[in-house]
Amino acid sequence: MNRELAGASLAGRQPPLEAVVIGTSAGGLGALSLLVDGLGAAFPLPLLVVQHVPADMPTQLAEIFGRKTALRVKEADDKEALQPATLYFAAPGYHLLLEGDRSLSLSQDEAVHFSRPSIDVLFESAADALGPAVAGILLTGANEDGAAGLEAIHRAGGLTIVQDPAEAEVDTMPRAALQRFAPDHILPLRNIHRLLRELE
Amino acid sequence: MADRNLEIELKLLIEAIYLKYSYDFREYSPASMKRRVLLALQQMRCDNVSALQRRILYDAAAFMELLQYLTIPVSEMFRDPGYFLALRQQVVPLLRTYPSLKVWIAGCSTGEEVYSLAILLREEGLLERTIIYATDINPRSLERARQGIFAIEHLRQYSENYRRAGGKGSLADYYTAAYDSAIMDKSLKDNVTFADHSLATDSVFSETQLISCRNVLIYFNKPLQDRAFGLFHESLCHRGFLGLGSKETVEFSGYASLYEPFDKQERIFRKL
Ligand SMILES: C[S@@+](CC[C@H](N)C(=O)[O-])C[C@H]1O[C@@H](n2cnc3c(N)ncnc32)[C@H](O)[C@@H]1O
Repeated sequence: MNRELAGASLAGRQPPLEAVVIGTSAGGLGALSLLVDGLGAAFPLPLLVVQHVPADMPTQLAEIFGRKTALRVKEADDKEALQPATLYFAAPGYHLLLEGDRSLSLSQDEAVHFSRPSIDVLFESAADALGPAVAGILLTGANEDGAAGLEAIHRAGGLTIVQDPAEAEVDTMPRAALQRFAPDHILPLRNIHRLLRELE
Repeated sequence: MADRNLEIELKLLIEAIYLKYSYDFREYSPASMKRRVLLALQQMRCDNVSALQRRILYDAAAFMELLQYLTIPVSEMFRDPGYFLALRQQVVPLLRTYPSLKVWIAGCSTGEEVYSLAILLREEGLLERTIIYATDINPRSLERARQGIFAIEHLRQYSENYRRAGGKGSLADYYTAAYDSAIMDKSLKDNVTFADHSLATDSVFSETQLISCRNVLIYFNKPLQDRAFGLFHESLCHRGFLGLGSKETVEFSGYASLYEPFDKQERIFRKL
C-alpha cells in the first residue's frame, strides 16, 4: 500500500494498461472533473466511468463532461469497441460490462447495491477481461458498491487506487474498499490526477 | 486474467444446455452470461459449474430453474414512456391505414410490454383489428404474461409511465385490484397469441407491420443480433416499423442500410 506518490507510476507498467475503470457516487461529479482535467487526445487509454445517478433523473453526464475535457466523451453503447482517449459513461438504467474482446456490453440484470449501473459489475467484468492490464479507481461515494469489484481487480493482478477517505466528500465508498483489502495506492485526487497525466 | 477452468466449464455448460434442451445461449454476450451463471450457482447451491451442469442434465426441473437466471425476466409497463408516446403520436397514424394489423412483441417476458401496447392500441381504436404475437423463450414468463396479473406495488409507477406515455384515461380503467395484485382486463388479450419462439433458433412465422423488441438484443453478440435483425426484416412488410430498447440500434448492424431512422431518439426504425 502506498500513500505517497513516490514510486507510483502507471507508465512503465508490465503488462501495459489497456483501460482505466472509475467508480463513484455522491460527490463524484466534482471529483471526476478534477481527475480528467487537462486530459486530451494524447491520452492512450479508454476511461470507463460508473457514476451513480438516481434512475428517475438521468443527468446528461456525457454532455456535461464533453464541455469540460478534450477527451472524446460519450455514453457507452452496446457492442462498441473500446477506443483510446475516450471517456465512456455507463448509461442510466443499464449495467456496463467489458468483454474479453475489448468491446462493451450493456445489461438490465438486477441492480447491485441498489445500483444500475453498478460499479461492481463493471469492475468485475474488467478484472475478468483484462486482468493485470486494467487500473481501477474508486472515489467518493455514499454506498459500498465498487468495493468487491475493486478487490476483484486486485486479485486478478490489476492496479487498484482508492481516493484517500480523509479528503473524499463522502468516505463510505473508499472506506468499504479499504475494509476488504489493501489497494496499491490510497491517494488524494490531485495525485491520482498526476498519475493519469503521466500516461500521456 | 479470467480463470481458465471456469471459462471452459461455462462453455461446456452452455453446450450441454444446447444439446439437451435446444436452448441456444452460445452467442450471448459472455460477460453478463457469466455473471448470471455464477449467481445461479450460488442460489441453486452447486459447488461449481460442472456440478450445475450435471444437475441440469439429469433434472429438467433444475434446468427450468436455471433458465430463470439465464433469461432476464425484468420488465415494466410503459417502460420508457417516450417510446410509447412516439408509437402513439407518430406510428399509429400510419398503422391506421392498414385494414388489419399484425404486431410482434419479441422477448415479451412477463407481459408488461404486451398489455401496454394493447392498451395503447385500444385507446387508438386499433386493437380490434390487430393480432399481437407475444413471444419469448421462457415458458414461465410466458405463462405469467398469459395470466396478466401484476404486483400492485408497481402500479403507481406504471400509472405514472402510462400518463407520460400519453394515456387517455387512467390505467386503473384496465385492471381490477385484488389483494396485492392487479388483474389486467381479460379483453385486452382477446387478440394476443403468446408463443414460445427463440430469436436464436426459430424462423419467421408471419408478416407484420410493427415489431417491438426491447432490451433483448443487448444480451446477444453481434452475429446473433444480426440473425435477429434478419428475422425482423423478413417478417416486416414494406415500410414496416421496428421499435428497439433505448440503448439498441439497427444502425451498426449488417441491416443498417435496409432501415431508416424514424424516431432516432426513441429507437424506432422503418424498413425501406
Ligand atoms: C430484459 S427482458 C425484456 C422485457 C421487455 N421486452 C422489456 O423491455 O421490458 C429480456 C427478455 O428476452 C427474452 N429472451 C432472451 N433470449 C431470447 C431469445 N433468444 N429469443 C426470444 N426472447 C429471448 C428473455 O426470456 C426475457 O424475457
